[in-house]
Amino acid sequence: MIWEVFRRGRAGAAFEHSGSVEAPDAEFAEAWAREQYGRRGESVALWLVPRDAVHVVDDWADEFDLKYRRVDGYSIKARLKEARSRVGSTERRS
Amino acid sequence: MAASPTRQRRYELELLGLADDELIVGWRDSEWTGIAPMLEEDVAFSSIAQNEIGHARAVYELLGDDADALAFDRRPEEYRCAPLVQLHLLDWAHTIARRWLYEVADEIRISALRETLPLAAKIDREEQYHRMHAEMWHERLRDTAPFRAAVEELWPYALGVLPAEQRNALAARIGRPVVDAVERGEHVDGFTGLWEEMTTVRRSAPAGAQW
Repeated sequence: MIWEVFRRGRAGAAFEHSGSVEAPDAEFAEAWAREQYGRRGESVALWLVPRDAVHVVDDWADEFDLKYRRVDGYSIKARLKEARSRVGSTERRS
Repeated sequence: MAASPTRQRRYELELLGLADDELIVGWRDSEWTGIAPMLEEDVAFSSIAQNEIGHARAVYELLGDDADALAFDRRPEEYRCAPLVQLHLLDWAHTIARRWLYEVADEIRISALRETLPLAAKIDREEQYHRMHAEMWHERLRDTAPFRAAVEELWPYALGVLPAEQRNALAARIGRPVVDAVERGEHVDGFTGLWEEMTTVRRSAPAGAQW
């Protein structure tokens, strides 16, 4: 049985998929995931999810090229520049 | 701790026995690195073996200035480790039986040391995880014939890890009667071979190998 491992690197950070372990049950999965994804102090928490429990969505129909729906559909560079100059700042906020 | 020299000496010998147990069980368990039954278990088992060797280092450092000298510069007959940890076990049932018996015994021993050894609490935090690992395997294997036979065979050795006054506690935890133990101080046949391999680098570069 494959368990997908999601790792939280620090408090408040999002869980990220980090890999998987093969284990017969949750107890073994925990023991093995602790070693492979936590023993160097790289995780504050793990999620272990049976692979079968993951509902996969990977088919995306975009037959009519509706690019205005996508983020690469338009450039906002020029408009951003204009807005910045309006508020008198050229610095990006991070 | 204010103690008479003899009592102090006894205490130091007890700690030396503990450190030697951790070093040798770590060494023996590390022999599974690369060949454990599952890849995931290989990683876990090797990591636990490393932890045990780390515990040995911490205790050696309490006993002397140079942990490496204590770990590698003694003659084989000077090691105080219990025969249980010296055994060269070639199958997984015996290996897990030893891990489980050793962890239960070690818990009893470490908790008895808590008052005199501040390091004990720190060691025990890692051992909690080792116990979880050992218990999980024990639950899985306990009803299998190879595991039962292994526990039966190793039981007198397990008793030898602890001083006489702690053996009843171990017997109660394992659910077996106290029998004649294979006592600390004896060395099993394979121990000299282990010592030779373990000290090869040290003996070839006594001033300290550079990595």
